Amino acid sequence: MAAENLSTKIPSRKRIATGIALLVIGLLMSVFFLPGTETGQTATFGLNLSSSAAILLPDMTLPVQTSLYVLVLIVVFMGAYHMARGIRSPGALFGVVAFCFVAAFLIWATRGRSLSLIGMLTSSLVRATPIALAALCGVISERAAVVNIGIEGIMLIAAEASVVTASLSDSLYIGLMVGILSGALIAALHAWLVIRFKVDQIVSGVAINIFATGTTSFLSSKYLQHQSDLLNNSGTFPIISIPLLSKIPIIGPIFFENNLIVYLMMIIVIVMHIVLYYTPWGLRTRAVGEHPKAADTLGINVYLMRYVNVIVGGMIAGLGGAYFTLGSVGRFDEVMTAGKGFIGLAAMIFGNWNPLGAFTSSLIFGFADSLQVKMQILKVPIPSSILGMAPYIVTMIVLTGLVGQAIPPAADGQPYEK
Amino acid sequence: MPPVLQLKGITKAFPGVLANDHIDLELNEGEIHCLLGENGAGKTTLMNILYGLYKPDAGEIYVRGQKAEIENPNDAIQRGIGMVHQHFMLVPVMTVTENVMLGVEEKRNGVFLDRAKVAARIREISHDYGLEVDPDAYIKDLPVGIQQRVEIIKVLYRQADILILDEPTAVLTPQEVEGLFKILRSLVAKGKSLIFITHKLKEVMALADRITVLRLGRTVGTVTPSEVTPERLASMMVGREVNLTVSKKPPKVGDVALEVKDLYVEDERHQVAVRGLSLDVRAGEVLGIAGVQGNGQTQLVYALTGLAPVLSGEIRILGKPVRKPTPRKILELGVGHVPEDRQRHGLILSFPIHDNMVLCTYYQAPFARGINLQEKVIVANAETLAKQFDVRTPNVFVPASSLSGGNQQKVIVAREFSRPIKLLIASQPTRGLDVGSIEYIHSRIIEKRDEGAAVLVVSSELDEILALSDRIAVMYRGQIVDIVPAAQASKEYLGLLMAGISPADAAKSVAPVAAGEVERVF
Repeated sequence: MAAENLSTKIPSRKRIATGIALLVIGLLMSVFFLPGTETGQTATFGLNLSSSAAILLPDMTLPVQTSLYVLVLIVVFMGAYHMARGIRSPGALFGVVAFCFVAAFLIWATRGRSLSLIGMLTSSLVRATPIALAALCGVISERAAVVNIGIEGIMLIAAEASVVTASLSDSLYIGLMVGILSGALIAALHAWLVIRFKVDQIVSGVAINIFATGTTSFLSSKYLQHQSDLLNNSGTFPIISIPLLSKIPIIGPIFFENNLIVYLMMIIVIVMHIVLYYTPWGLRTRAVGEHPKAADTLGINVYLMRYVNVIVGGMIAGLGGAYFTLGSVGRFDEVMTAGKGFIGLAAMIFGNWNPLGAFTSSLIFGFADSLQVKMQILKVPIPSSILGMAPYIVTMIVLTGLVGQAIPPAADGQPYEK
Repeated sequence: MPPVLQLKGITKAFPGVLANDHIDLELNEGEIHCLLGENGAGKTTLMNILYGLYKPDAGEIYVRGQKAEIENPNDAIQRGIGMVHQHFMLVPVMTVTENVMLGVEEKRNGVFLDRAKVAARIREISHDYGLEVDPDAYIKDLPVGIQQRVEIIKVLYRQADILILDEPTAVLTPQEVEGLFKILRSLVAKGKSLIFITHKLKEVMALADRITVLRLGRTVGTVTPSEVTPERLASMMVGREVNLTVSKKPPKVGDVALEVKDLYVEDERHQVAVRGLSLDVRAGEVLGIAGVQGNGQTQLVYALTGLAPVLSGEIRILGKPVRKPTPRKILELGVGHVPEDRQRHGLILSFPIHDNMVLCTYYQAPFARGINLQEKVIVANAETLAKQFDVRTPNVFVPASSLSGGNQQKVIVAREFSRPIKLLIASQPTRGLDVGSIEYIHSRIIEKRDEGAAVLVVSSELDEILALSDRIAVMYRGQIVDIVPAAQASKEYLGLLMAGISPADAAKSVAPVAAGEVERVF
């Protein structure tokens, strides 16, 4: 058939380019990582969070040069294979290559030393939490076709609101509630502007971000910094170890020794997945995001669906904001969200607008973040300011669409006119 | 017994238009009632009022003798009124089951969707009414004919007994139309009552029990098919005598003007849409490309006019090979293009008519001198063309967006036909136009052919292809499956090819027709 011939015939130029790029990556890996190594050198990776764990795993010790050769060879092989035969899934291709590159980097950086791999993965999840919450806020709003780029601002406001109320009331839970409510409030404003008045969704989101940055910074410098004991000192949620589950090697310390907000985040991921795909509400939400007119002709209230979803999204972003203060440092600093809301949107896109995908891609961003911190501790000969770019560089790579095109809900960002 | 449905004095005004002006309509039980009218006659407005999407300014609706206030689709659904919309109201990324249950979901444990139960009910409905469909298939994978069945199932699932079908045949092949008619007759046999909206006369004659004709928002009259001829219906629709056939002389064929060899083109999603297509068009003839929408016709025309890159293959226009075509390069070779989507590719809607008339020549004398546009010349040109091509507009300074579809198309035709073109590429030249405009544009196309231009017409309306073409090519899945001289083409044979039946099999199942027997009524 002509169709089959075509898939091998036509896109070959693009395939050769990709293949060459992979070969170049393999070459770069050997140029960068191999020269600094010595024969017989090893890298040790710790697999236990503390030495008091119930089941202790032996540390993983890898011969540096052999491992690097193997990883380079895998990349080169992938490149050559892709050029010759073509690999269908760009995700798998990118995944394997990225894994090899990161692994090579880690082995090179830890050569002759040891690094707690579990520690790094644990902090990946922790650092992924606000990103994942932002991404989940994005998923639920955009599934109903409302783009919310004000997530960053919502989180900033919630962070400040929650720490102040928690400090004043001396209750972390009240602070958490206020954080969530403030998120709902700002999201409701956004929803009202874009649904009722059909204000451009991007403009409204940008306005929220600017408003949030200005207001929180002003309040912070005017009040919080002067009376930080009274207003800006909430303490943080304690780590809760789940009995039994936390004893499982590797998985236990990563997933089951966390604070309340991290657990809530994981619960929301699962609940949102079930709601979106297995309940009438989710079906209607997705219909409203894909083809609002169709939903309308079947008697579904498009506007109501959008309001509720955006406001619930705001509550999730509010929780994410509270994480920065109550879940992490117990104190508000100006512009402390540092773009996590935007990275969350990237995670949402990379996760193809579904909750599990958004969570997984948040983990990748969290990992990039945690990696750069560890590398600074390991004193890798790369300036820390460049290492600090890691999560943002990953964001840019992801957003170029190199890693497979994500398909947004068809009506995403469009106001609905009856 | 009172009629199932009665509309009395329905009036609805939009800013500047009286879309419905005291319309009366009666639907009896078990009847197929056709609502016939040109575009803009107010058919769709009337049905949207009945379905609760619009609120009438005046008038009353009675369902089974009882006065009904229909405020929103829910009210309509509750009263047993269901609508199959012209543009399908289906979510492409969802399954048939999900689309059918949307809004009236069955629940398990009070919370979770019960897909299995709905799927079982869909199978029941499929079986009862002969509407074969796989409940687990995704809508985006289904051909339009099947999608339409899903729309009908959606309505039946909600237990509607009054069905409104808004131009349901617009997207179907002739065979699919036959299939649809069979389904509609079986619906009526089971006691459902149907309102069938269309502007195609032949369908009305074949299907209707009664016909109500609308013109400019008013009821012209209600008749039965036995009382009228298609010509009589057409003149009721348009308000004057209409010539339903395109009269043309035999072609005087000249040199090859367009030659395409082994052409491959991608669509916007980088799927190969035209796969190894070859054809040629000679001066003085019309080659019609028939095919169901979405079989690569759009991409073919895009490639020929420089709107999309060519993956591989060769295009020769007037003997010259065209490599890396750009629209301007192609236009300057003497090619006229009437694009498929007139509002997107044909006009700049916010520009006045006079600027739209020089969109492809504005940089040449006499419209430009150096870097200056010659405003007076441009306006004078537009005024001449508007008169010559019967563009009905108060003046040439109004924006193109203020014109009706037919007049917008005439602006494009005027612009393209007034240049000295040797090859005309017209894609869906009369889509959505009323009978009067269709008649006009068809005669202009034939005129161009008689002047010696080569014409390539792409249309999903088989009747249009049959009316215009000297040779007919059928396109299916990006390839030309067969090219036949128009005189020997039967509608059935072409329809089978359009549905993907191979030429050999199609020829077997269709009796050959003698020349001149082909029906030319549209």
